[in-house]
Amino acid sequence: MRLLEARNLTLGYEGQEVVSDIDFTLEEGDYLCIVGDNGAGKSTLVKAILGLIRPMSGSLDFHIGKGGIGYLPQVLQGERNFPTSVWEVALSGAVGKLGRRFFHSTEAKERTRTNLERMGMWELRRRPFQDLSGGQRQRVLLARALVAARSVLLLDEPVAGLDIHSSSELYALIDSLNMEGMTIIMVTHDIHPALNSASHILHLGHECFFGSREAYFASNTGRRYLEEAGHHD
Amino acid sequence: MIEAFSYAFIQRAFIVGLLVSLCSSLLGVSLVLRRYSMIGDGLSHVGFGALAVASVLSLPPMAVTIPVVVIAAVLLLRLNAGSRISGDSAIALVAASCLALGVVLISYVKGTNTDINNFLFGSLLAVSRSDMILSVIVSVFVIASYVCLYPRLYAITFDPSFAQASGLKVERYTTLLAVLSALTIVLGMRMLGSLLVSALVIFPCLSAMRIAGSYRAVTLISLADSVVCFILGFWMSYSLGTPAGASIVVVHLCVFLILTLAGRMRERGLFRKAGS
Repeated sequence: MRLLEARNLTLGYEGQEVVSDIDFTLEEGDYLCIVGDNGAGKSTLVKAILGLIRPMSGSLDFHIGKGGIGYLPQVLQGERNFPTSVWEVALSGAVGKLGRRFFHSTEAKERTRTNLERMGMWELRRRPFQDLSGGQRQRVLLARALVAARSVLLLDEPVAGLDIHSSSELYALIDSLNMEGMTIIMVTHDIHPALNSASHILHLGHECFFGSREAYFASNTGRRYLEEAGHHD
Repeated sequence: MIEAFSYAFIQRAFIVGLLVSLCSSLLGVSLVLRRYSMIGDGLSHVGFGALAVASVLSLPPMAVTIPVVVIAAVLLLRLNAGSRISGDSAIALVAASCLALGVVLISYVKGTNTDINNFLFGSLLAVSRSDMILSVIVSVFVIASYVCLYPRLYAITFDPSFAQASGLKVERYTTLLAVLSALTIVLGMRMLGSLLVSALVIFPCLSAMRIAGSYRAVTLISLADSVVCFILGFWMSYSLGTPAGASIVVVHLCVFLILTLAGRMRERGLFRKAGS
């Protein structure tokens, strides 16, 4: 089933084009990596997918119900002294499902429990979020995204600031979610998920590219990107 | 102390003080954690300016102050969100200007008198019946909004971009927060005065953060802290004859220091347990 379809999509702010004329599609079960240089419009595209900005021209059609996308924002930089427990963070994923209710439903709490268990964070649910390691925090935030999501996860630089060990653990988790049928959209600077796990690649920049992983790494754009990332065959 | 409550003005002062303490501690949690602590200070100074104008023109003080401070609150929070000018400097600028204009205006028109002193340091015992009714209404509104919107406010405070992606209208809740803060601060100004009212907003949350590990704990401890400090400060003011506002803030400071110490000791204790 087709979940997302962009045709001649142009995005920008106040008349300034940031992303021009891109086409891509997202099918159920896909693992789409969005790569490209800084300033190529990756964050802008994220906002468009989240429905926070409208296309300047072209179309971006959603076939995902409201609140279907679970979002893992970029790691908040800097020391944040926010007193909150792991449980509270994960439960807040259900905030989009409150509807007319004031408080979280029992179902939302069940979902939170399931997803914290899935991420291996249930035992730490009472711990202050700020005491966790970077990798643990990302897992809690991933659990929150899963509480919010029904079918699609949108991950914005999920491993930024993590050490190699935590990154590969997180990638393994994301891979296993994808195996279970979750559709993944990942914005990344890191070549590894694009190389190892993605089913499709969207490259933003001077020359845009969209296609399967194999097609991408066979193309000029893809080969140049590989070289810049320091991978030589 | 008990016999003091036979006086109506003491009863009024106690009720208004308690309600304002509760409201400001609740709003304080959101404001401090969203890094808007300075807003309280800024708004109270704007309130001073508005009170001065009202007093000089012999207008009803609340009718002038409330709309002015509400508008200032919305503008200041917007400014912070836009952040083209540094929020802190902008607030300090507005605060100092309003305070200065207020003092100049009152001194010029009326000469230096008790008005300035009352506005700056509060006059809890001069709370009128209409003030009391107004603060009951506002407090019920603030507390009810906070309780009913608790999950939403939490999401917005913790991670605005996620909340927005989940479909919450973050701007709308920020405006609500601004309006509620403005109302609470105007009420609090009568009691603690412009210079001290921001303490009611900031202290409970900061004290609670010393020992709490979850957002809910911070909220509940802030509430408890505000009630305890108010009652102790009120009692201190009554028995020592010190000004109510300043006494309450001094109690807040003591509790903050005690909880900081307790938090440190607990950290050390946990550290030892983990190490052994």
